[in-house]
Amino acid sequence: MSGLANFLRRIGAMAVDGVWRLGFATRFLGLVLLYSGQSLRRLPLTIREIYFSGVLSLLIILVSGLFVGLVLGLQGYDILQRFGSSDALGTMVALSLLRELGPVVAALLFASRAGSAVTAEIGLMKTTEQLKAMDMMAVNPIARVVAPRFWGGVISMPLLAAMFSAMGIFGGWLIGVVFIGVDDGAFWSQMQAAVDVRYDVMNGVIKSFVFGVAVSLIAVFEGYDCTPTAEGVSRAITRTVVSSALAILALDFVLTSFMFRGQ
Amino acid sequence: MAIESPELPPLVSLRGVRFAYGEREVLRGIDLSVHRGQVVAIMGGSGCGKTTLLRLIGGQLKATGGTVEVAGHDLAALGNADLYALRRRMGMLFQFGALFTDMSVFDNVAFPLREHTDLPAGMVRDLVLMKLQAVGLRGAAALMPSELSGGMARRVALARAVALDPMLILYDEPFAGLDPISLGIIGQLIRRLNDALGASSVMVTHDVHESLGIVDYVYFVSEGRIVARGTPDEIRASTDPFVHQFVNAEADGPVPFHYPAPAIAEQLGGGVG
Repeated sequence: MSGLANFLRRIGAMAVDGVWRLGFATRFLGLVLLYSGQSLRRLPLTIREIYFSGVLSLLIILVSGLFVGLVLGLQGYDILQRFGSSDALGTMVALSLLRELGPVVAALLFASRAGSAVTAEIGLMKTTEQLKAMDMMAVNPIARVVAPRFWGGVISMPLLAAMFSAMGIFGGWLIGVVFIGVDDGAFWSQMQAAVDVRYDVMNGVIKSFVFGVAVSLIAVFEGYDCTPTAEGVSRAITRTVVSSALAILALDFVLTSFMFRGQ
Repeated sequence: MAIESPELPPLVSLRGVRFAYGEREVLRGIDLSVHRGQVVAIMGGSGCGKTTLLRLIGGQLKATGGTVEVAGHDLAALGNADLYALRRRMGMLFQFGALFTDMSVFDNVAFPLREHTDLPAGMVRDLVLMKLQAVGLRGAAALMPSELSGGMARRVALARAVALDPMLILYDEPFAGLDPISLGIIGQLIRRLNDALGASSVMVTHDVHESLGIVDYVYFVSEGRIVARGTPDEIRASTDPFVHQFVNAEADGPVPFHYPAPAIAEQLGGGVG
């Protein structure tokens, strides 16, 4: 009996703790937005973070995008040719990437490549008292350190997702047209006819923007909130990757259910 | 040594300051003042609340009772903007320097100048080189913090702390983990910079011999209270048992060697009977 009570109590404590953390993170987002004006006025700070989060993630994003596109090309051709519609391969590859795989997979990769790095950097700055030192020099660490990293992530994410999709479409074309022999004209013209800029492309961009906000907030919050020890930083990094993945997938479901209901 | 002017109110003044982390009371009524031009040491064993005291003076923590005044401002009454305005006139040296690891030595020292002034780049450069010259590390300007020894990092951090010519410099364990030569250098720098800048300094430390050589006044803190105070000469001559234990580094005395525990006879051999 007491075992069950303890179990329930633990679940309750976890739920309460989760709600508290969500509250803290939301308040933290408010603070970041409040001090964003100060840091956006000093653009070089944010541009530096776009370089670290965005440009340095390019390689993994492009390579992954290519592989996902190659697989989509193979699988798509295999399925479509059963219905005699292998000409629609371009449409299938483009829609899967623009609507779902581009934003979601790019965000998952971004969280593990750039999000974890941001958490580690801020967490270590906290552990080595650099944030406190900044605060004692009358420089607000949220404006100087956190906000630029947040915006660097938010700006990079949709761009990376777009590159991921572009690379994926190239991969699908490579397999479908170059290796399997789907008609080149059909591949592109069907894609052009079926992909709608607002319905497909814009919704994908909105998704990747939302994921960018979620991943960047989680990354800076976990870093800023970590226990200032080696173990605390490592836990914060793990939490960043795990919470980001869950947030991305859950938000993707919510967004998809609002965005795509059949025209 | 110090320019003591009794007619001026003290730069830092703590009256009946109490502080607690949650339930745990760390400071239980501290009275302390730092006059302009003085270097004051706050000494005590590890965990006695002396670093907390420094954080209260820097405004990083708010006292749960009593008042903390710096340059005539009651810190509890200051808003964020006013506190930041006050901190621009303070410098703080952290225990391990807390240099920004992604910036070179030069950029570290230039950081407060660039953040708080609109000086042209050439002037920032000259100021930074002058500050680095004062701590003897002008030649290390291009190095990264990871390339510095502990003592050098501390000196760079000191140059950064005085970059804006502060009126008050706070030192958190400036001697911790240094070899005897670096220790002497840091001690001399603390005194010389304080006098050259006309600043006041508060130093939290447990290094008795190095500090007694350079400070004007000493406060001893134990269990959240000031248990002794005086000039270095008074401290050396003190017959107070706590001061005597501390200055002569005796293992047992008013500060017990043993952490509170039940009598040893009760605990040993318990499994046999």
